[in-house]
Amino acid sequence: MSAWTTRLRRLGGGPLVRMSTVVLALFVLVSVLAPWLAPQDPTFGELGDSFAGIGAGHWLGTDGGGHDTFSALIEGTRTSLVGPLAVVLASTVTGVAVGLFTAWRGGWVDTVVGRVLDILFAFPALLLAILAVALFGKGLGAPVLAMAVAYMPYTARLVRSLTAQEKVRPYIAAYQVQGHSEVFVALRRLLPNITPTVLAQSTVNFGYALLDLAALSFLGLGVQPPTPDWGAMINQGQAAVLQGQPMSAIVPAVAVVLVVVAFNVVGEHLGDRLAGRES
Amino acid sequence: MPPLEMPLLEYDGLRVELPGTARPILDGVTLSVAAGEAVALVGESGSGKSVTARAALGLLPSGARTGGQVRVDGTDLVGADAARLRAVRTGVASMIFQDPRAGINPVRRVGDFLTESLRLVGGRTRAEAEARALELLTAVGLPDPARHLRQYPHQLSGGMLQRVMIAGALTADPQLLLCDEPTTALDVTTQAEIMAVLGQLQRDRGLGLLLITHDLDLAAATCDRIYVMYAGRIVETGTAADLLAIPRHPYTAGLLGSSPPLEGTPGRLTPIPGAPLSLAEAASGCAFFARCRFAQPGRCDLTPPVLTSPVLTPPVPTLPVPAPAAPTLVACHRADELIEENR
Repeated sequence: MSAWTTRLRRLGGGPLVRMSTVVLALFVLVSVLAPWLAPQDPTFGELGDSFAGIGAGHWLGTDGGGHDTFSALIEGTRTSLVGPLAVVLASTVTGVAVGLFTAWRGGWVDTVVGRVLDILFAFPALLLAILAVALFGKGLGAPVLAMAVAYMPYTARLVRSLTAQEKVRPYIAAYQVQGHSEVFVALRRLLPNITPTVLAQSTVNFGYALLDLAALSFLGLGVQPPTPDWGAMINQGQAAVLQGQPMSAIVPAVAVVLVVVAFNVVGEHLGDRLAGRES
Repeated sequence: MPPLEMPLLEYDGLRVELPGTARPILDGVTLSVAAGEAVALVGESGSGKSVTARAALGLLPSGARTGGQVRVDGTDLVGADAARLRAVRTGVASMIFQDPRAGINPVRRVGDFLTESLRLVGGRTRAEAEARALELLTAVGLPDPARHLRQYPHQLSGGMLQRVMIAGALTADPQLLLCDEPTTALDVTTQAEIMAVLGQLQRDRGLGLLLITHDLDLAAATCDRIYVMYAGRIVETGTAADLLAIPRHPYTAGLLGSSPPLEGTPGRLTPIPGAPLSLAEAASGCAFFARCRFAQPGRCDLTPPVLTSPVLTPPVPTLPVPAPAAPTLVACHRADELIEENR
């Protein structure tokens, strides 16, 4: 236990950063253990139980269909976290590849790709996702793909400027002078030195991706019920808010807010630390 | 000694131009370094010294247009492909950078910096490469080399790290060492030590050495011949002793006059007025025209002076100067007159 607290302390930052880290760790743990943690089957509902209040049978009550909100929340952690994870992974890998290659090559390649990235910036992620859903159908796949395309330019632009800065450092020239191949210097020596900053950006991206995917589910374009998902749960629960039964919408909304805020706090803290704004 | 056989490093009218600048960075640089010879290239910041040195390893700024030739051991590097560049970089020439803190990857150990090229490019085993690294660290006078191999660059002082850099440059057994202001980032006492190490290595290993510096006295103390560069051109060249005793170009004289004498009581220093020509400024005639106190409008600002041998021999000052072993060349319209005036 003490080993973990020292590790947390070494991460630096105030109580907010530490709290956010704990929140994230908890949610990740929950998503891994979801099937064993959920007390009931979230896809099973009895109409007789609809809008049951908080109590021993249903810790966080039920929705209009009698589904257990607590269980849905726990099972929903998976899709709600896996989606953004896929987005961040795909956009980071492609973004790093594009950014590193163009900045390393320089010249007209850099100019052309830079302009193409500018054009991609002009597309709102949600619009792109709606387009993808229209083309490929609802579900998790199409929005994730569209989101990855929409998020790629952010990483690519960051990597491009980092690489351009790093490339002119004398140690890179020193490696070249030692006779190492360009691929080796770029991938094995330059890339590791910019990775921390890219990771910080990806952490922030994760929060935004989660929010965007939840918004798509809320619009009914993402994950479809009965598969538990926070955005879909808010969608299902919104009608009940007007009937004076806000719990089934508020619970997943609070979860979204918690995770997004926690990711932003941690991501910005990492970025600040790496930029040397805080020791 | 004038090189009789093919020089190890030879610049033949090298011209480097970047888009969007008013004048070329390098304009017809002709320079040679023979095997085993120490040569200095002296000039102010921005005169093109570093670009010249980097050209010898094919490290030119991207997007640069080049003309002329840079031959290293007979291989022309202007427009050379990656394979030929690699052959030169791994076998013939290596470089010591100005700031060892910047020139060595800070996140990897000193041992990695020294052994990586041997293992990954030279195909040696880890044990062989480490033995070689230890041997080189001893050669550059770093005490307790085995411990330093395990350390990170930030744990070493600037002087120690520059020794590591020198050892790194020697791993591939080069014949030519390019030193780009190797002591500028160091304090004065460390400077002397590093220069001593470089001089020792140069003599012991018979290395060709091109020393880039802005310090004429340092250049004269280490090198046989000196080239003086201004705004991308060589303005004067000759043996170190000759150049220091009787500078023929007003710029060389200006450089000498603006640094305190090593011996005797320092008098008043006379700075060179103005600032060096930036890349955004082009000169129609002599690039030094605006700053030269001997400049003659209508003559010096019309055509750029050509590097030639002055006709007149300058007066011999108090010290007897041995007859120069390498011809003195100067690029100044008024070189002969100024020598005459000084008589």
